[in-house]
Amino acid sequence: MPAVSKGDGMRGLAVFISDIRNCKSKEAEIKRINKELANIRSKFKGDKALDGYSKKKYVCKLLFIFLLGHDIDFGHMEAVNLLSSNKYTEKQIGYLFISVLVNSNSELIRLINNAIKNDLSSRNPTFMCLALHCIANVGSREMAEAFASEIPRILVAGDTMDSVKQSAALCLLRLYKTSPDLVLMGEWTSRVVHLLNDQHMGVVTAAISLITCLSQKNPDEFKTCVSLAVSRLSRIVSSASTDLQDYTYYFVPAPWLSCKLLRLLQCYPPPEDGAVKGRLVECLETILNKAQEPPKSKKVQHSNAKNAILFEAISLIIHYDSEPNLLVRACNQLGQFLQHRETNLRYLALESMCTLASSEFSHEAVKTHIETVINALKTERDVSVRQRAADLLYAMCDRSNAKQIVAEMLSYLETADYSIREEMVLKVAILAEKYAVDYSWYVDTILNLIRIAGDYVSEEVWYRVIQIVINRDDVQGYAAKTVFEALQAPACHENMVKVGGYILGEFGNLIAGDPRSSPLVQFNLLHSKFHLCSVPTRALLLSAYIKFINLFPETKATIQEVLRCDSQIRNSDVELQQRAVEYLKLSSIASTDVLATVLEEMPPFPERESSILAKLKKKKGPGAVSVTELEDSKREGGELNGGGDRGQDTATMAASNASTPSPSADLLGIRSTAPLGAAPASAGSLLVDVFSEAGPTAPSAAVNDDGFLRFVCKNNGVLFENQLLQIGIKSEYRQNLGRMYLFYGNKTSVQFASFTTTVSCPGELQSQLNVQTKPVEPLVEGGAQIQQVLNIECLTDFSDAPLLNIKFRYGGALQNLTLKLPVTINKFFQPTEMTSHDFFQRWKQLSQPQQEAQKIFKANNSMDTEVLKAKLLGLGTALLDNVDPNPENYVCAGVIQTKSQQVGCLLRLEPNAQAQVQHTDSPERVSHNYSSIPNFLHYLSPYSVNI
Amino acid sequence: IKSTKKHCFGKLRLQKWYTATAERDKKKMVRELMQIVLARKPKMCSFLEWRDLKIVYKRYASLYFCCAIEEQDNELITLEVIHRFVELLDKYFGSVCELDIIFNFEKAYFILDEFLMGGEIQDTSKKSVLKAIEQADLLQEEDESPRSVLEEMGLA
Repeated sequence: MPAVSKGDGMRGLAVFISDIRNCKSKEAEIKRINKELANIRSKFKGDKALDGYSKKKYVCKLLFIFLLGHDIDFGHMEAVNLLSSNKYTEKQIGYLFISVLVNSNSELIRLINNAIKNDLSSRNPTFMCLALHCIANVGSREMAEAFASEIPRILVAGDTMDSVKQSAALCLLRLYKTSPDLVLMGEWTSRVVHLLNDQHMGVVTAAISLITCLSQKNPDEFKTCVSLAVSRLSRIVSSASTDLQDYTYYFVPAPWLSCKLLRLLQCYPPPEDGAVKGRLVECLETILNKAQEPPKSKKVQHSNAKNAILFEAISLIIHYDSEPNLLVRACNQLGQFLQHRETNLRYLALESMCTLASSEFSHEAVKTHIETVINALKTERDVSVRQRAADLLYAMCDRSNAKQIVAEMLSYLETADYSIREEMVLKVAILAEKYAVDYSWYVDTILNLIRIAGDYVSEEVWYRVIQIVINRDDVQGYAAKTVFEALQAPACHENMVKVGGYILGEFGNLIAGDPRSSPLVQFNLLHSKFHLCSVPTRALLLSAYIKFINLFPETKATIQEVLRCDSQIRNSDVELQQRAVEYLKLSSIASTDVLATVLEEMPPFPERESSILAKLKKKKGPGAVSVTELEDSKREGGELNGGGDRGQDTATMAASNASTPSPSADLLGIRSTAPLGAAPASAGSLLVDVFSEAGPTAPSAAVNDDGFLRFVCKNNGVLFENQLLQIGIKSEYRQNLGRMYLFYGNKTSVQFASFTTTVSCPGELQSQLNVQTKPVEPLVEGGAQIQQVLNIECLTDFSDAPLLNIKFRYGGALQNLTLKLPVTINKFFQPTEMTSHDFFQRWKQLSQPQQEAQKIFKANNSMDTEVLKAKLLGLGTALLDNVDPNPENYVCAGVIQTKSQQVGCLLRLEPNAQAQVQHTDSPERVSHNYSSIPNFLHYLSPYSVNI
Repeated sequence: IKSTKKHCFGKLRLQKWYTATAERDKKKMVRELMQIVLARKPKMCSFLEWRDLKIVYKRYASLYFCCAIEEQDNELITLEVIHRFVELLDKYFGSVCELDIIFNFEKAYFILDEFLMGGEIQDTSKKSVLKAIEQADLLQEEDESPRSVLEEMGLA
């Protein structure tokens, strides 16, 4: 037979393949391929009709070229022609080409379907199988539409050959997977189930895959398969190793079919019928017994096949979770495998035991293997096996062994592979919290974690330790003492500094009585780390310093000194500079009472699911950015807008708890010189809005409509959110250019398929605004987030907004969504400072009607000074103080930057408080004759109405 | 089984996908997988987790055979799927080597198709699968024997 196969036909193909193999370089190969492609193309285009053989040969060459990794954009038609050949090999090559290379060219699909239809009705079993294979390989919806009703008939017809039945079963399965709505079993159900009884083992093997899939989706309709499956399994298990002839694999009777039967049974609860159940339990016991018998062959194939059945049986036992005897036996069997010399078996035993650990019947039995598992963690040479061992330790952990397991995991962390460190850290943190009897052990563990693997300790972990310390006053003193000691180390991780800064800032007073940790010593210790830290940590430390001033008045002078020095108060980082300035001011003008109120101890956090646990759940799928990070980015956005909040640390915490008075509201009050303690609720509301977006409790409803308007005066936040999808925005503008980052977060656990986004500029906007972007990845995994960057150029003034259209498949359904992108003309404002004199001179010059617009509108909310100021600044203009003789009025100036021109713009807002009203306001003047500025007011006015 | 493929030291010889995947993603996945699998050492276990799939692979001389399976699929039996496929190739080509697969790639596809369809096993019996292929070869013989002269001309 080999002679037949090797020598057959197509010498041209063989020559071509050797040519390619002889090519010395990539370039030579490409040259040879291009030559061949040109040749084939000319043959296909030539006047002479090609005979079937040549067509086959050329199509085959194309296929080979494609498999080398080159693109093929022709030849499809010739391949389709081959399908209708009555020569088997030509037909076969045609089908192969179609299967490998088909694209959803609808024209072709129609032709292909025709050929398939002919072959299916040909009654020639070989042709029928080819056609069925092609359907299964392509599996497109068009094919399902054409054939889904035909195939079940072929499958159950009495006169169908066995080989065709097998192909039909799997073909149907493929169609069911792609288009379940089109495959209706209905009347065929019972006959399909009875294929389990078929004489031919091959038919049963193929049919059971189909039945398993159908049972998963419609368990009730297919439940008669349970007793059939049990009796089939029983017959196989009890057969001698030679009974099944060719279906015996290395002395194991029908291993594939056995595994599939056991898998099918896992779609159902234990059988209710006592006899069936008894028979099944007997089977499972036999399988467990066989594992103890000496092997019938030394070949690895024998043991693999045997153990494949064993593991599948154990899965079923775990699935039933009702037979304590079997569960314990399974556990003991796996225990033996834990020390097996085959790495594969150790891996699978660890994995399988992980699920056993969660059963109440076998949890204790699993625990007895703890030493072996710990040993595996230490000695396995393959990281994926070590990972399984770590998983199992995590699963078997309970109060009785938590200290041992956590200690082992911690010591493993010192040498653990980088790829699993972060997950290990999360697991240690969760176990430490979950099984903490005394919280000092918990604090020690987490601090150790930071010491050993600081780089892998994510934000969630140290946030969490702070949440717990704040909520439990019995551990606060201990935490302060421990963290103080940890900070003594000459080199300590930045995360340690963060925790230290936060905890000493809150609870440093608890250890201040000891002269070795007096307030000044604490401060000096923290400050010695300051210069080595990144900006966010420095910001946190500055907050800790102001808390020190409140806690320990004796440190005030020293700290003020530090705040006052140029490296703080003139720091090039805006955030640091602002904090230094504000804290310095706060410490010098506020009375101690006010200070104490503002810097009161953090209120306890509401109890909720550990953020670490949530993070671990999301960790599936490396590379995907988690939703948490989206929240982070939003929060940063919030800070940019909100200005004076107390920093990321508090922001995170406070955000989760919008109902407690936000400390940031207080600080805003400081900035506005309003009475300190009494930060007006309305002033807070601006920030609270920003915060509530960041918090996990943010209402998801109704952002769609007003999403656009909310962004007139700000650049970052959540543009849209519904059950499935969240879209966050970060944007920045400079002169006439802008860059917008869109973050698409999949809120579900299911992937979005065919995810596409299109940005369009409707109508005349096309010539006014230039928006460029790259397409995004078409798949968004569950819980993942993808980012898209838009580059925006303002060519000239505009009034419409670009549209963002998003399409994706969730489950089977197509989702389609269109949003306005918040790109408004005011984004291109450059603030301009000017004196009162200049302002009014220019104001007066702009007197022509088209240079001026005025609008009177009613304020919806009280006209709070700070809110108004913040909004006007958000608009992008400079807010000019001491310009308008009437201090009640707001005066702004800015230049709108477009590519074609620059347009100066002056604005005056005159609130009329008495009329509650609003007064009106805002003549708006433009230095050029600029027709669309009134449009700009459109933006202003709806937004103002929201004030 | 989502896909099977085999390759040798960085060259893909045969690939088959059982789920609809864009060409670009396929290339990316293949590249990524090759890197991972080729980096593994002999004594390591034959399974690894990759994205939300499990990869089962085995090396035969210079050829690696990989299958990507789903979470709940049976790893050991998949390993034997690979072995059975290799046995089939071996039996058909008579002590199969990489060159057989390169020069007769279409045959390797047909054998794979006879054995696996839509990612599920169609028949586990070596005899049945080979019988199907043999029949096809017989048909081919009948087709081609009278053509050999023409064939030479077509080449010239």
